[in-house]
Amino acid sequence: MLLKKLLNHDRGGALVLLAIVLMLIWVSIGNLIIPETSAWHVPTYTVALLGKFLTYALLAVSIDLIWGYAGILSLGHGAFFALGGYGMGMYLMRQIGDRGQYGNPDLPDFMVFLNWHALPWYWQGFEHFWFAALMILLVPGLLAGLFGWLAFRSKVSGVYFAIITQALTYALMLAFFRNEMGFGGNNGLTDFKEILGFSITDNGTRVGLFVASGIALILGYLIARMVVQSRFGRVLVAIRDAEPRARATGYPVAQYKLVVFVISAMLAAVAGALYVPQVGIINPGEFSPLSSIEAVAWVATGGRGSLFGPIIGAFAVNYSKTELTTIAPDLWPFFLGGLFILVTVFLPKGLISLFARFKAKNEPALLPDPLPDAPKVDAQKSKPEASV
Amino acid sequence: MNALRPPLLPPETPQAYVRRGLHLALIPLLCLTFGLINVCAAVQADELAPVPTPAIAPVNSAVLPQESPTGFAANSPSVVALAGDDGMARTTALNALIAEPPPGAEPIFHALDQGLLYTQAAPIARLGIADAAGQITDPVTREVLGNRNQAGWQPIAINNAIRIKLRPRMDVLALQSVDAAKWQAASDDLFSARLTPAYLAEIKALMPRMTDATVKTQLQKLVASFELNDSNPQVRMAAIAGVADALDPEIRAKLANLAQNDPDATVKAAAKSTLDAINTRVAAWQFAQNLVFGLSLGSVLLLAAIGLAITFGVMGVINMAHGEMMMIGAYTTWLLQQAMPHHLTAALFLAIPAAFMAAGLIGIAIERGLIRFLYGRPLETLLATFGLSLMLQQAARIIFTPLNRAVELPAFMSNSWVINPVFAITYNRLYILIFSLTVFFALLILLKRSTFGLRIRAVAQNRAMARACGVRSGWIDALTFGLGSGIAGIAGVALAQITNVGPNLGQSYIVDSFMVVVLGGVGNLWGTLVAAMGIGVLNKFLEPYSGAVLAKVVVLVLVILVIQKRPRGLFPQKGRAAEE
Amino acid sequence: MMALSENDTHGLGGERITHLAPNEPDVSHGTILYLEDVTLSFDGFKALNKLNLTLDNGELRCIIGPNGAGKSTLMDVITGRRRPQEGRVFFGQNIDLLKRPEHEIASGMVGRKFQRPTVFEALTIGENIELTLTGSRSPWRMLRARSTALEQARIDDVLTTIGLNQLRHRPAGVLSHGQKQWLEIGMLLAQNPRILLVDEPVAGMTGEEVARTAELLVSLAGSRTVVVVEHDMAFVRKIAKKVTVLHQGSVLAEGSLSAVQANPKVIEVYLGETPCSN
Repeated sequence: MLLKKLLNHDRGGALVLLAIVLMLIWVSIGNLIIPETSAWHVPTYTVALLGKFLTYALLAVSIDLIWGYAGILSLGHGAFFALGGYGMGMYLMRQIGDRGQYGNPDLPDFMVFLNWHALPWYWQGFEHFWFAALMILLVPGLLAGLFGWLAFRSKVSGVYFAIITQALTYALMLAFFRNEMGFGGNNGLTDFKEILGFSITDNGTRVGLFVASGIALILGYLIARMVVQSRFGRVLVAIRDAEPRARATGYPVAQYKLVVFVISAMLAAVAGALYVPQVGIINPGEFSPLSSIEAVAWVATGGRGSLFGPIIGAFAVNYSKTELTTIAPDLWPFFLGGLFILVTVFLPKGLISLFARFKAKNEPALLPDPLPDAPKVDAQKSKPEASV
Repeated sequence: MNALRPPLLPPETPQAYVRRGLHLALIPLLCLTFGLINVCAAVQADELAPVPTPAIAPVNSAVLPQESPTGFAANSPSVVALAGDDGMARTTALNALIAEPPPGAEPIFHALDQGLLYTQAAPIARLGIADAAGQITDPVTREVLGNRNQAGWQPIAINNAIRIKLRPRMDVLALQSVDAAKWQAASDDLFSARLTPAYLAEIKALMPRMTDATVKTQLQKLVASFELNDSNPQVRMAAIAGVADALDPEIRAKLANLAQNDPDATVKAAAKSTLDAINTRVAAWQFAQNLVFGLSLGSVLLLAAIGLAITFGVMGVINMAHGEMMMIGAYTTWLLQQAMPHHLTAALFLAIPAAFMAAGLIGIAIERGLIRFLYGRPLETLLATFGLSLMLQQAARIIFTPLNRAVELPAFMSNSWVINPVFAITYNRLYILIFSLTVFFALLILLKRSTFGLRIRAVAQNRAMARACGVRSGWIDALTFGLGSGIAGIAGVALAQITNVGPNLGQSYIVDSFMVVVLGGVGNLWGTLVAAMGIGVLNKFLEPYSGAVLAKVVVLVLVILVIQKRPRGLFPQKGRAAEE
Repeated sequence: MMALSENDTHGLGGERITHLAPNEPDVSHGTILYLEDVTLSFDGFKALNKLNLTLDNGELRCIIGPNGAGKSTLMDVITGRRRPQEGRVFFGQNIDLLKRPEHEIASGMVGRKFQRPTVFEALTIGENIELTLTGSRSPWRMLRARSTALEQARIDDVLTTIGLNQLRHRPAGVLSHGQKQWLEIGMLLAQNPRILLVDEPVAGMTGEEVARTAELLVSLAGSRTVVVVEHDMAFVRKIAKKVTVLHQGSVLAEGSLSAVQANPKVIEVYLGETPCSN
């Protein structure tokens, strides 16, 4: 059976997936069937919160796929997440129809406000869900393809890649802030009414979106798992650990990086698309470099190069964020900053290395020790020559 | 590469440490020297500044004709009208006085303009000028008449309709006076005033007596610009010739109008060719303006990036908290200004070494406490220092509140240097341009010429060999990182002069500064200079076409594309070791 | 010299060549690699200076030379890792290597063992060999690739040759320096290129391992062309038939080891420079 094969030697992953399935069942029943008076009732607020965490976890998996296995650190993965979100947002905006404040059946409110008279060409077709879904995959995929092709072709890697991905998402953020772009500018897209005919505020729809996010995460995890278990995945690890050797063996390294980068960008876009209807808004803030780095923090905290570690990381960090920002909002940046430092200095393999320490010495090591960042020969690159 | 041979490095002796310390002090010293030069310049500028003229000129000055002024004499018809209750009559009298001012009108108009002209209807209708204390004197006899609070004295209210007429009259009076110091201001003011043809004749009449060449040219231009609307085509032709070297928008608008609509074909053609010539020069000046603005933006980027060029370029350490070092420098500036609010210039020049030390020491602490555990793991360094930057920002938010603080500019940095109507640059930007280049060259000299610089380069190129030659690489790392951070602190001082100081100050520059370093070629300070200036200039030239935000986006995309094409930046390190 | 275009069906002599597979070299004249006037400089320093070199098909050539003579740069040029500023590099008589991307040269044409052993440390030894076996390198194929019995047999073969069969399922990171050298040679065998570039193969090996390596390299020559760069003159003496001496980016001398060692220019270079590492 495919599932068994994929989860072979992946006890951690199997446990995490099982936990997600149990959570999906418990929360659905707890919200929809158990009456509100009961102590076992799960409030809709929790459903939305956990749904958001599930999409974050999928984003984390997508980052781990490229960072943990191919050694590509993207500090701009939030851009693909946000693009997916905007794709979904555009569909949801078109579903509002004439129920907006201005009652215009064709134009979203912000366009009426800007005195636009017709829908821009790039908004055409987004009234159909299938078209929006296609675009949610295609647009981020194409952007990742173009960007990756340019970058990997000229052997941009390591911190250089990290920095230009950060610039990419920063540039997109600035662009989306402009009203002229036609994406609602500063305010973004919001005031959604319904998705696929279901009211977006309905309990049933919320549980539906939550379950959809859970299924997307499980499928995304299995796809990522399939990628890393294939010979393709082994080539990725080979590239990560000894890129010159992989080249000398005849592997077109740039193509491999490109393929995995595009797959990862699409996973991130799906996560973003599921995120938007659950939080009810998408704005250019999602493109901010800080959001992308935060997502990298989830991966680093959970433990990269394992795929399931980032899921744990996304839940742990975001749960702490939710709790901490209600108790002491001023302390959250200290917590997040401290987490970055603690994890990188003391726990480079993340939280899952703690579990690994407790049990199962016979499980195969997830990553060699010491954890390589980049090909060994690249270690010298980090000390470039000075001739100033 | 081969320049580094073991014997070049002197042994580590106590003297060597002292020498190294002295070298490190080079930067703040240079900054101080630069500061002193600036202080001198500022003091000099203050001395040259024009002395403000008193609002009311002394009546018995040489300006006035000596015979007794009759227009403002007590009980004269106009004064009776001014002191009377009839508003219409008062306005008519004022207009008549402004149109044909009697001798001695200048101080009275000044008082009127300031709302200090008083009238008394009884026992006799007369005028009086109040001073700041409220004492009223007779404008003609200089006799003290009383106090404005006494019954019977009424101020003459002045409205905008009157003021619009009064201003050019006062300007013309000033031009007619023998006090040459007033001419330039009056002439400048006339350019924005609404003139009637009557003034034109007066201005023309005083032209032959005008001795100040600049003012004379300016007035000729003024007259010509007026005569562009004359009904006589010959006058218009002459006027077109008269404004040939003007750059002012009003004159260009008038010329454009003539070039389009003038009934006379010759005038039309002349207007068009003159306008074209003017527009060519305007374009040239605008080009120069864009260039200077671009260099100014570039100099800010340069300041933000050269610290990074040290930590990232020379040491290979990705310091995402670099922006927060700038923030620390900016807050240092603000704090010093709060501490000595009456000595803005001194506070600014103290801030330069203070910010260097504050940011530098924090940098050393960061290197010793965090970064040294992460050498050889660039991506981890990036994440850890990013965490640090979050914490420092939040610390600033808690200590200084999230509010943006404005740093007050010292006198010598406020205002603009206006070269012509198209080209002007604010002094703060000009000084920052000079300052950033000074810091750049100081750093270059430090790295190239000093023992400390040699050691930095030695450790950067071959840590093991440098150690074998007796360099204490740990301390060199710490000091290098401190140097980079200190320069970021200095950048913060400069930034505080052009933008508000807040916890997010550094964050907004970090992406840009990394792009500058990467674009210029890591490890190459000259590349950093060229990249910073290039990005700045490109940005300013794009702005007119695309707006500020899109220009920034376009520049970012271009930089990304250039990096794809030249992964090691525009000026890469060449050689085998650099590529391994 | 007449101009050569890629895949020219006319060889140097102008005679008609029979149909060749796309990456199949034309060795009808017995030449597998041909470098002419190759110059590559870094910032003014000429690492290779008008270098001319011809390799016969199936020969075993040793390249020696003092540090900085351009040995590693020469290998970089042949494998397409660096492009020279001037000169021509031909594989057989028909394939212009300067026009081929690095990964294409690496699959089937030229294999290389680095100076410092580089293996995929996170993968098992078996996987290391598996990834280097000849076959498609396309990402799409790799996503669907499955281990076949034939592949397993070839992996067995290679592992037996290099004596690492016992450690097949251990990660390569656990190997000793010498074992990594062997694994890398094994990976080259699996890759099955026409030309093997071997950079300092015996560094860090015990005497017995050195002997086995010599034996292996000699046995490989004939079916493949083997180029060995080595400092260890004893090792060179063991295997070399023909030796090329590089100096300052050009060929200083070429011939049998004894002839080369008797060459006064070579003696001067070696005595004038820092002594050889052994």
